[in-house]
Amino acid sequence: MTGRRARIAELANQPIYCLACPGNYQNPPVPVMIYRPTAVSARLLAILLLSVFACTARANSLTIAAASDLRFALEEIVTAWREQNPDQDVRVVYGSSGKMSTQISNGAPYDLFFSADISYPQQLQAQGFTATDPVPYATGRIVLWSSILDASALTLADLTGSDIEHIAIAQPAHAPYGLRAQEALQAAGIWEQVQSRLVFAENIAQAAQMAESGAATVGIIALSLAEFPRLAQHPYHLIPASKHQPLRQAYVVTRRADNNAAALSFARFMTTDIARAVMARYGFAPPGEPTL
Amino acid sequence: MFELGPQDWQAITVTLRLCLYTTVILLFIATPLAWWLSSGRSPGRVALQAVVALPLVLPPTVLGFYLLIVLGPRGPVGEALEAIGLNHLAFSFGGILVGSVLYSLPFAVQPLHQAFSNLGRRPVEVASSLGAGALDRFFTVTLPLTRGGFVVAATLTFAHTLGEFGVILMLGGSIPGETRVLSVLIYDHTEAMNYDGAHRLSLLLLLFSFFTLFIVYTFSRRAEIARI
Repeated sequence: MTGRRARIAELANQPIYCLACPGNYQNPPVPVMIYRPTAVSARLLAILLLSVFACTARANSLTIAAASDLRFALEEIVTAWREQNPDQDVRVVYGSSGKMSTQISNGAPYDLFFSADISYPQQLQAQGFTATDPVPYATGRIVLWSSILDASALTLADLTGSDIEHIAIAQPAHAPYGLRAQEALQAAGIWEQVQSRLVFAENIAQAAQMAESGAATVGIIALSLAEFPRLAQHPYHLIPASKHQPLRQAYVVTRRADNNAAALSFARFMTTDIARAVMARYGFAPPGEPTL
Repeated sequence: MFELGPQDWQAITVTLRLCLYTTVILLFIATPLAWWLSSGRSPGRVALQAVVALPLVLPPTVLGFYLLIVLGPRGPVGEALEAIGLNHLAFSFGGILVGSVLYSLPFAVQPLHQAFSNLGRRPVEVASSLGAGALDRFFTVTLPLTRGGFVVAATLTFAHTLGEFGVILMLGGSIPGETRVLSVLIYDHTEAMNYDGAHRLSLLLLLFSFFTLFIVYTFSRRAEIARI
């Protein structure tokens, strides 16, 4: 190691409290306990030292921003893609489509953006943040789901009932599934009545988590999340597609990934039978097909 | 039972790097700042003291919002960085490091300010009259006499950075290996209904935070006893 690196390594080796004080301590201070080399802390320290000057930029990396309804389906697709492209490093970040879209327009380093609603990639395209046209990949659905009640016996009209305390939906302002939930409640004519019961999640996965934990009596969540094994133990009520605008999902390659072969390869992978089968298993209809 | 996954280790690495860098940078910034603050009272000093304490009362979202605007590709700092061929700082490790330094500033400055005020100027003046230079005075007089303050400042800064959430979420997003720190990963685990993962990391942070405060109180007590 060079002199400077050795010095920094030495600094990093010292317990945190000593970083600024070259003077000697007489009493061995308490924090040493935390850093005593048990297997865990030794490993921590090794990782820390290695990482201190590790370069953060990676050559073969693909960062995907994805709508939260893909949280479980996309994991499987990424795993399948990784089997074919073992040397690629894929990172997926989930959030509401509106939030991911805002992040992209503020310079977030995402190569691919899977949006639950095509309008967000279209806006990004209009602002010049994309390298391709938005490509539809699926159509989503919303369901009523509960861990407390039998949701399959419920309809939207039942949400005004006295046994419903809280209804979890995603934030309509930036989460497409929340907006569709709002439209469905409006179509059922109960939007005003349920106002005091609504709890707003940052994205649809959080809405599902609220319902799963029982904190919300019911949730209006994505079908793709209700199909996740942990939630699939409870039945759901599929909200008729006629009650809301379609959830036309689309992906787009961002401007920064214009020459990113991995991004294009992953995008192509979405049209393979492997990916389609996973999407179908999670309740997504293929793009363009009418859903009823 | 306590098996951490690669995602967890990655977040631990990012978090420790962030905490370590923040602590080191802040001790360099906070020491002269606290010294100046403790060397008298003037409207300028009071104003600076208020500015330093701002992160204590401001919602992290305010800081996160402003930083996103300023450090992002269309902000003054972001644009300047891009003009000289560097990347803007939004959604990057550099960005959350800047955010952490600002957000933890009071936790570094206030213990040092307290320690320097308690010390007074006399020991330094005596050393000066005996011919000690500025650096010599700092390392042989001030530092040994206020080491308790330094320990408290460093520990609190480290711990507060560890507990940071809002600023990082707004400014950094949740990019694995880059800006996904432990607190953000716990949030993410919860959203993915991976409660086991959330439990493990939460317990880890709980224990670590307890030990940190234990250290802080041990040293603040010692500092008090020393004064008596």
